[in-house]
Amino acid sequence: MIDLILLFFLVVCALAAVSMRDLLNTTLILGAYSLIMALVWTRLNAVDVAFTEASVGAGITTVLIIAALSRTKREEEGQGSELWSKLLKTKSLKSAIQQIPFLRLLSLFAVLITGAVLIYGTIDMPAFGDPDAPANIHLARRFIEKSHEETGVVNFVTAILASYRGYDTLGETIVIFTAGISVILLLRRKT
Amino acid sequence: MKEHIVIRTISRMLIPFIQLFALYVIAHGEISPGGGFQGGVILSSSIILYVIAFGIHEGRKRISEKMSDLLNSTGALIYAGIGVLCLLAGGAYLEYAKLPLGSEKIASSLGIYGIEIGVGITVAAVMITIFFETARHEDD
Repeated sequence: MIDLILLFFLVVCALAAVSMRDLLNTTLILGAYSLIMALVWTRLNAVDVAFTEASVGAGITTVLIIAALSRTKREEEGQGSELWSKLLKTKSLKSAIQQIPFLRLLSLFAVLITGAVLIYGTIDMPAFGDPDAPANIHLARRFIEKSHEETGVVNFVTAILASYRGYDTLGETIVIFTAGISVILLLRRKT
Repeated sequence: MKEHIVIRTISRMLIPFIQLFALYVIAHGEISPGGGFQGGVILSSSIILYVIAFGIHEGRKRISEKMSDLLNSTGALIYAGIGVLCLLAGGAYLEYAKLPLGSEKIASSLGIYGIEIGVGITVAAVMITIFFETARHEDD
């Protein structure tokens, strides 16, 4: 039940973020979206991911986008929301479709097809937490049994990230470091 | 927000606790959810709160350009440096168990602890840098 409520709020947030024209509103709604997403991760027992989602997605990303917004315009350009209000006024479905420009209709079609393919893809997926799922048979089992013995770390998410996948985490750190260097090179004002 | 005494007082009270929590998250990454990445982000958010309440010039007095640039690379250097230390100790790159720190288990967990600190420093410094450089300054 609570999963359905969370998913419902996710969809509401996504739709609201798309239809808003004020970019500050959109940013704040996306922050709320990330926070709900963090709750979903917690429900799936992925607490480390939930922690990252809450601190990075809901926290720092929102602040950084607001910082970027402070140097640009707050309103979105274009016809987006006018089209929405025009569509809401039309009476029949046929006249509504005639109002939409052809390219938009095409992109709506592409989005619907992609969504349908993705949903079709989930039908094959094993049930959540299934111990016989392919992902849980080999590596996951070995990490759970051996990671404490081999690395001396209790939280095996940390053990995997820092020890078994140490090169990946090093790469991630270098990516963030590169982002910082690029921002300094591109945006720093000369004093 | 120069005149907002409530915001200033509250953030001055909150910042030490946020920073303490960030250090807790980094240090306890081994036994509870969290780690260098999350802790670093929380640490940077305390500085960002300070800047929001007190202004960019006050913030730059606390953590100067030189300081944050230096910390940017220090974290990555700690991470890569621990890898090189493992090489010198006779293991593979980032094979913490080979570090000469008592038993293999202790060496491994201390190595992981070290790289978490490195990740935390880099993440915190980079987030602070991005915020300082993208936010609009009072004088432009």
